[in-house]
Amino acid sequence: MAFVTANWNPLGDAFYRKVELYEMGWSLKDGLRECLVAAAPYGGPIALLKEPQRRSPSARPQLEIYSSSGVTMASFVWKSGVVKQLGWTVCDDLLCIQEDGTILIYDLFGNFKRHFSMGNEVGQSQVLEAKVIHSPYGTGVAIVTGASRFTLATNIDDLKLRRLPEVPGLQGAPPCWAVLTQDRQSKVLVANGADIFILDNAVCTPVNPPGLSPQATSIVHMCVSFSYKYLALFTDSGHVWMGSTDLKEKLSEVDTKVRNTPKQMAWCRRPKSREPSVVIMWDRHLLVAGVCKDTIPYHLDDDSVLVPELDGVRIVNGTHHELLQEVPAACEEIFKIASMAPGALLLEALKEYEKESQKADEYLREIKEQNLLGEAVRQCVEAAGHEQEAETQKTLLRAASFGKCFLSNFSPEPQVCMCRDLRVLNAVRDYTVGIPLTHMQFRQMTVRVLIDRLVYRKLYPLAIEICRYLKTPEYQGVSRVLKHWACCKVQQKEEADENIARAISLKLGEAAGISYSEIATKAYECGRTELAIKLLEFEPRSGEQVPLLLKIKRSQLALSKAIESGDTDLVYTVVTYLKNEMNRGDFFMTLRNQPVALSLYRQFCKHQEQDTLKDLFNQDDDHQELGNFYVKASYQEKKLEARIGLLQSAVDEYNKAKNEFAAKVTEEEMRLLRFQRRLEEEKGECLLGFSLHDTISTLLSLGLHKHAEQLYKEFRVPDKRYWWLKLTALAEKEDWEELEKFAKSKKSPIGYLPFVEVCVKRQNKYEAKKYVSKVTLDQKVKAHLSVGDLEGAADAAIERRNEGEIGAVLSRCSPATDRALVERLNRAKATAAKK
Amino acid sequence: MAAHLSYGRVNLNILREAARKELREFLDKCAGSKAIVWDEYLTGPFGLIAQYSLLKEHEVEKMFTLKGGRVPPADVKNIIFFVRPRLELMDIIAENVISEEKLPAPREAHILFVPRRSLLCEQRLKEQGVLNSFTNIDEYILDLIPYDGDLLSMESESAFRECYLENDQTSLFHTAKGLMTLQALYGTIPQIFGKGECARHVANMMLRMKREFAGSQNQILPVFDTLLLLDRNVDLLTPLATQLTYEGLIDEIYGITNGYVKLPPEKFAQKKPGEGGKDLPTEPKKLQLNSAEELYAEIRDKNFNAVGAALSKKAKIISAAFEERHNAKTVGEIKNFVSQLPHMQAARSSLANHTSVAELIKDITTSESFFDNLTVEQEFMTGVDTDKINTYIEDCIAQKDPLIKILRLVCMQSVCNNGLKQKVLDYYKREILQTYGYEHILTLNNLEKVGLLKPQTTTRNNYPTIRKTLKLWMEDANEQNPNDISYVYSGYAPLSVRLTQVLARPGWRSIEEVLKMLPGPHFEERQQLPSGLHKKRKGPVSNMYHFEFAGQQGENRTTLVFFLGGVTYAEIAALRFLSQMEDGGTEYIIATTKLINGTSWVKSLMDRPEAQIL
Repeated sequence: MAFVTANWNPLGDAFYRKVELYEMGWSLKDGLRECLVAAAPYGGPIALLKEPQRRSPSARPQLEIYSSSGVTMASFVWKSGVVKQLGWTVCDDLLCIQEDGTILIYDLFGNFKRHFSMGNEVGQSQVLEAKVIHSPYGTGVAIVTGASRFTLATNIDDLKLRRLPEVPGLQGAPPCWAVLTQDRQSKVLVANGADIFILDNAVCTPVNPPGLSPQATSIVHMCVSFSYKYLALFTDSGHVWMGSTDLKEKLSEVDTKVRNTPKQMAWCRRPKSREPSVVIMWDRHLLVAGVCKDTIPYHLDDDSVLVPELDGVRIVNGTHHELLQEVPAACEEIFKIASMAPGALLLEALKEYEKESQKADEYLREIKEQNLLGEAVRQCVEAAGHEQEAETQKTLLRAASFGKCFLSNFSPEPQVCMCRDLRVLNAVRDYTVGIPLTHMQFRQMTVRVLIDRLVYRKLYPLAIEICRYLKTPEYQGVSRVLKHWACCKVQQKEEADENIARAISLKLGEAAGISYSEIATKAYECGRTELAIKLLEFEPRSGEQVPLLLKIKRSQLALSKAIESGDTDLVYTVVTYLKNEMNRGDFFMTLRNQPVALSLYRQFCKHQEQDTLKDLFNQDDDHQELGNFYVKASYQEKKLEARIGLLQSAVDEYNKAKNEFAAKVTEEEMRLLRFQRRLEEEKGECLLGFSLHDTISTLLSLGLHKHAEQLYKEFRVPDKRYWWLKLTALAEKEDWEELEKFAKSKKSPIGYLPFVEVCVKRQNKYEAKKYVSKVTLDQKVKAHLSVGDLEGAADAAIERRNEGEIGAVLSRCSPATDRALVERLNRAKATAAKK
Repeated sequence: MAAHLSYGRVNLNILREAARKELREFLDKCAGSKAIVWDEYLTGPFGLIAQYSLLKEHEVEKMFTLKGGRVPPADVKNIIFFVRPRLELMDIIAENVISEEKLPAPREAHILFVPRRSLLCEQRLKEQGVLNSFTNIDEYILDLIPYDGDLLSMESESAFRECYLENDQTSLFHTAKGLMTLQALYGTIPQIFGKGECARHVANMMLRMKREFAGSQNQILPVFDTLLLLDRNVDLLTPLATQLTYEGLIDEIYGITNGYVKLPPEKFAQKKPGEGGKDLPTEPKKLQLNSAEELYAEIRDKNFNAVGAALSKKAKIISAAFEERHNAKTVGEIKNFVSQLPHMQAARSSLANHTSVAELIKDITTSESFFDNLTVEQEFMTGVDTDKINTYIEDCIAQKDPLIKILRLVCMQSVCNNGLKQKVLDYYKREILQTYGYEHILTLNNLEKVGLLKPQTTTRNNYPTIRKTLKLWMEDANEQNPNDISYVYSGYAPLSVRLTQVLARPGWRSIEEVLKMLPGPHFEERQQLPSGLHKKRKGPVSNMYHFEFAGQQGENRTTLVFFLGGVTYAEIAALRFLSQMEDGGTEYIIATTKLINGTSWVKSLMDRPEAQIL
C-alpha cells in the first residue's frame, strides 16, 4: 500500500504506471526472439509460431497457444505452408495467414476449424504482409501482395473480398500501413516515402498530415489507436507525429531523437484520457511520448511485444507480462503524495480509525465540512476498480463503506456492483485462468462476452459460477454455458452415445431454456446420428426437433414428434415432406399409422386433391366415406347420367359399408331424378334437383294430382306429411273446391284444425268455417277462435270446463263483446277453478 | 375506447393493449404509406382490437378485400396482406403479387399471418414463385380476443367442426398458445381442471409449452387461481336449447357477430316532428352490444320475462332524473344538472334502443310457434316421450319449417334420449331427406359423427341420471329474481355450468358417477409457480376431489372457464350469475373458441355441396 506510487512516472499533468500482471508461466528458451507472436486484446490468448531450432529444410516450426499468463493451451508442429501473420478473431479463434493467401482457422486448443482463401490472384504474387482487424462488423483481414496490391475482407464469417485500387509508385511492400474503420467502411492507410494515401473501395486518395515536420523524407512506421480515432506516424527523422485519423488535426509532434525504425508502436490512452501518448518500442528501448511532448523512457531486458488495449498497452516478453497505462484520475487523486482530495482524506480517516485514533474524526470532519463525503466515497469505489491488487481494492472499498456510514440516502448500488465486478475480475485474472481484464475493459466487453470467452476456454464451472453469482437470467447464463459444455461433450469420440446422452441429460435436466436441438445438431455434424436422436428426445420444443429429424432422414420420428407438439402446421410440413420423399404406398401406410396426420392430410386433400382423397378412403376400405365422397362428387356433375352414375357408386359403397339406410335413400334419390327427367320430357316442367317435397308440391300446384299421387305411393310418404303437403299446396293455389274434395276423401290423419288454419291464413274465413265442425273436441276452441267465432269458442270451452281454454277465450274478448257472454265465461271459469 | 374491458376482476384491457402494441410495431416495420388487403374473415375480430383510426395513425390509407386478379390501384408504398394461413388464400395472394410485379412501379408487399405463420403456406408461396417478393413475412399472434370485461373469444367459427368432425386440432393448438400468452400477462395459473378429450389435449400442450418456455418465466402474481377446460361435446345439449336470456334471444333471433347485431330498422325510426316519419330507414340498424353500455350490462343476462320490468323501472328513473331540472333553482344546481345531461341523454337513447329491441323480440316470443317449440324442447329436457317419434317435429317437417330448427329438435331428442331407436332415427332422417333434399345426407352423417345424432346402442338411457344428479331441471325456476342458474333457460340449468358450479363446491368427487357417463377423461393438473410467488399466496390445499373452501371464506377465487368448441350467451349469463352470488366466492372469466348458438353451431356442421344445375 505504501508504495502505490513507486511505479508512477509523471507525464505532463498526469502519471503513467507500469504494473506487473503476471510472471509468465511458459518457459521459452529464447524468449520471444525469432517468434511470430499474436496476442488478442481484452486479455486474450497469445499464439507463438517458433522457428525451428535447426535450420534444415525438413524442420517445421512449432505453433503454441498460451493464455495471457503463459499457461499452455495447445502446442503442435506446423505442417502447412509458410505463415506470414497470426491473429485472433473476436471469438478467440486463431487465424494463420499463409504466404499463398490461404487462411487457416484453429480454435483455442489448436483444433483445425476451417480455411478460406484471400483470392486466387494472391497465389503467384504471394502475401507480403497481413493484418487482422477488429471492427463492429466482426474480424477482418487485410493483406498486401507482392504485386503491391491490397485485398481486404471486413468480416471473415461473411467473406467478401475487396481488391483495393493501386497505389501510385508503390513497389514491393510499403514501408508501413494500417487499417482503419471510418464511416462504416474499412480503409487502408499506406505510406510510400513521404506520401500517404488512403485506399477505399474505389479510389486511392493522397493525403497530407497537417504540420508534419519538414525534416522527414519518409514515414517509416504508423499506428492507429484502439478506437480508430487517432493516428501516429514515425518519420525517418525520429519525429512522432500525432493526429486524428481523418488527417485534419494535428495533436502534437515529438522528437524522439532516435532515428532507427521502431519495432512496434502503439497508442496508449483511455477514454477521457488526460495525457494520451504513443508508446514506441525499439530493441531494448521503450519510449512513452506524450502529446504534451513529455517522454518517459523505459529500458527493456528482453524482446517484447506491445498489445494495445482500450485503456493502455500490455507489454509481453519472455518472462513477464505488464500493463502500461495512464494512472486513472481517481487513483491519482487518492494516492498522489500529499493529496488533499476527499478520497485521499477518507482513506486516511479509515487508516486512523483502524488504528483507533481520534484523528479519524478530524479527517472525516474535514471532508464533511466541505460537503464532499459523497464524492470521497465515489472516488474510493472508482479507484478500487482500477487497482489490480486485491489488498488495495479491499482497502479502498473498506474506506468507501466507512465513509458511507456517515451518509444518509446514498445509493449503495455502485459500490455493490463494484464489489461484484471485482470478484469476477479477480477470478478471471487468476493465473490459472489468465484473463487480465481491467474494469473498464470488462464493462466494455460485457458479462455475456466474458462468459463466452470462458466457454471457449472450456472453463465451464467458473463460467457457471459467475453466471450464478451475477444472477444472470438462466437462459442467458447458466443454460448457455451448459449448452456449450454439452456441444463439447458430444465431440468426445471415445465415450459411448448412451453415456454422453445420460451425462448431458443429468446435468442439463434442470436448466431452463436449453436448446437440445442445437446440441443434437452438433452431434449430427460430428457424425453421431444416433446420439443426435437420443439428445433430441430431451428437446421440449418440437418445432426445433422436427427440422433436424428431417435433415437426418428420420422422417417417421419427425412425424410423431410433430404430432406430439400439437402444432398442425408442423405436421403438415412433415407430411408434405414425406409425400415428396416416399412412394405413394409407403406414404399411405405411414399415414395410416398416424391418425392425426391422416386426418390432417385428408383435410388438405379435400381442398387441394380430391382424387387423392378417394385413394385414401380406398386404401382404408372406408366405404362409408367413399359413399359420401361419391355423393358429394355427384353434385359437381352437370349431366344427369353422370350424376346418377356416381350416385350408383355411392349406393355400392354404402352397401359395402352395411349402411342400408344410406343405400336405400340414395337409390330413392336416383329414382326421383329419373322421375323428374321423365316429367320434364313429358310435361316440359323443369323439376330436376327439387326435393321430393318440393316436387310433389309443384306437381299439386300444377294440378298434376295423379303424378303427385304416384310419388306419394312410390316413395311411401307418410300419410300425415302428404296431407299437410297437399293441404298447403291447394290452399296456396286457393283451389278451395279441390281442398274440400280432399277433406272429404277420407278421414284426415292430421285432423281438421290445419284445414281451418290454412284457410284463415289465406284470409278465407268462409272456407275455414266449413271445417270447424269437423275439428276434434280438444281443438275446437282453437278452431273457433281462429275463425273469430267467440261464441262458438265460448260454448266449446264451457262445455269442456277447461279453465285454460276459458281463459284463452276471455283474453280475446274486448269491451265490444257481449256482456252476457263474458259473464257466462267468468262463471264457468269460477266453477272450473273450484274443481 | 375499451374501458369496459378493465372494469372486471381481471383487467382484460392489458391483453388488448398488448395486441395493439404488437400491431403498431408491425405496421411501423413497413415504412411509408400502406394499403391493407384483408382476408375478409379477419375484419370482424380485428375490429375488437383496433379501429380504423389506429391503422390510419400508422399510415394505412386504403383497405381492400382479398380477391383474385390484382390489388386495386392506390398511391401507397406498401401493400400488406392480413390473412389466415390458408392454402386457398395463398393462391389468391400469389395471383395478386404476380400482377403487381408486372406494373411499372410495383408496391412493396408484406404478409401478416393471423394468428400464426405457417410453413405450409410459405411453401405454397414458394411453389408459386412469389415467396421472395415479400419484404416482410410476419405473424400476428391473435388467439384470444378480449370481447368484454369477463369474456375472451378466439372467434374461430369452425373450431368445433374441425376438432370433432375433421379431427383437425389446429384450433386447440392455438388455444394452448393463447392460454400461454394469457399466462405471460396474468401469471401462471396454478390449477388446471378439465373434462373431455380436447381439454386433455390442450392441457397436455400447455404443460409441454411451459417446459419449452422454461427459463423465461415471468414473475407475475397469478391473477387466475384455476383454469377449467371444458369440451363442448361434454355438453351437447345446452347449445341446442333456445336461450331465454335477453342477450341469448337477440343472438338466437338476429345473430350477434363480433359484438354487433343488425336489426330490422322499422322500430328504430326516429320520430322527429315535421318529417312525419314517412321515410323509414331501409338499412338495418347496427348496435354494438357490450358492458360499456350501462343499461345493457344490467339487462343482458336477465331472463327475457324479467326484461320488461327492468326497462320500465329504468324508464322511471330516467324521467325522474330529467324532472330534476325543475327542482334546480340555484346556478350551482343548474350547472350540476347540465353536467349530467350527456350521460342522461345517452341513457335515454340506450333505453329507447333496448325498448325497441325488446319489442321486436317480444313479437316473436309471444308467437304460438315459439311457444310450441319451447314446449317440445322442455319436454325433451325433462325426459317426456323422448323415445318416440315426436308429432310436433313431424308437423314441422311436413310444413317445411327451416331445416336448422328441425335439426336442433331432432338432435336434442337424440341427446336427451342417449340416442334414438334405429327405427325412429331412420324415420326422421328419411323425412328430412325427402323434404329438404337428399343432399342433406352429408349433413346428417356429420351430425352422427359428432354425436349429436346417434342410434341407441344400449337400452340404458343415462340422461335422466345425469339430469337428476346435476339437477339440470328445476321445476320452479324464478325468472324475475333468480336463485339458480336454471333461470337462463326457464327451468333447464346448463350442464356445462353445473359442472363448473359443482367443481367450485363441493368438488367433482361428489359427481364421479356422472362424470364417467359424460364423454372424455376428467383430470387435474397443477402448475408450479415460480419460487417467490408461493409465499405471497395463501396456498389452497386442494385436489380434484377436495376443492375445499376451508380458510378461504371471503377470499375470492378467480376461475377461467374455457369452452372448447363454443359457448352460448345463456351459459355466460349463468356463469355471471354464479360470479355475483354472494356466497359463491368464485369469480368467473369466460373464454371460448367462438360464441355460438344452436343455429350457428348446427350450421357450422352442415355440408352443402354446391349443386351444378342439371
